[in-house]
Amino acid sequence: MSEHHIVSPKIYIAIFFALMVCTLLTVYAATVDLNQYFSGLNIIVALVIATFKASLVVLFFMHGKYSPKRTQLVIICSVFWLAIMLFMTMSDYVTRLWS
Amino acid sequence: MHRTGELFGQFETMDQQRESASLGMWVFLSTEVLFFGGMFMTYTLNRSTYPDVFGEASRSINLPLGAVNTIVLIASSLTMAMSVWASQVGKKQLLTIFLILTLILGSVFLGIKGIEYHEKFVEHHVPGLNFSFEPGASVATNAHAQLFFSLYFAMTGLHALHMIVGAGLLIWLIKQSLKGRFTPEYSTPVDLIGLYWHFVDIVWIFLFPLLYLIDRH
Repeated sequence: MSEHHIVSPKIYIAIFFALMVCTLLTVYAATVDLNQYFSGLNIIVALVIATFKASLVVLFFMHGKYSPKRTQLVIICSVFWLAIMLFMTMSDYVTRLWS
Repeated sequence: MHRTGELFGQFETMDQQRESASLGMWVFLSTEVLFFGGMFMTYTLNRSTYPDVFGEASRSINLPLGAVNTIVLIASSLTMAMSVWASQVGKKQLLTIFLILTLILGSVFLGIKGIEYHEKFVEHHVPGLNFSFEPGASVATNAHAQLFFSLYFAMTGLHALHMIVGAGLLIWLIKQSLKGRFTPEYSTPVDLIGLYWHFVDIVWIFLFPLLYLIDRH
């Protein structure tokens, strides 16, 4: 069954190198003033890279890609609940000073 | 409880048993996402309110140490993933070796973290303990910088606590694996502690850019 899928060490090592490249990229991107092009671009780039790295870890190191659908549903739910908390709270705070 | 070999009575097959265990672990990890989530929420709110002071405070953290620690932790995730592989294919000696490597890398991470904390103590950047951000900083700047460092210590501290728990679990795994307890049929503890270890890695993947890399240009 899908759960007992054995991921080969080659894939793990490839993912490790991809994560290393992304780490160097995120450090480099932070030293460049991207905000001059678009306000807040630095943090957006940093978060996009971090989310991409986290996805690689979940999909391959944590076997998310090879897990049964009900396990994948739990993974997606955890991110969704976090998004609800961040989105609802921030939409409250940023709209308070309307007067 | 009724048990046939490694199969507990409530399950039909080994695959079902394995899937149930990892599903349970993922449910636990989603509670962990929300546990850390509260801190990320506080961080987001305060950073969006005081972006400049957060940038200044972030630049005072030792970036090379943080970057090296990121590499060390991702490497420990690799050795953990390799442990899972070794247990799945029944290479018992390799399993022990990879688990020990993971423990060593985890300890290196905690050691480097300790050096960083020491620096912050020396610089009076620990909130509440004779805190002073920069000579001549205004009262407001000092207060907001203190907010940043409170979040820095709370978030990296909670993360480090998870690492310490993980190191304890690894020591237990190493002892079990030395006894030859894990086989391709039964390696649930290795799989589940692996999931936990990778989760802690993911938390750091977000902490690193959020705490160390604000306005470094």
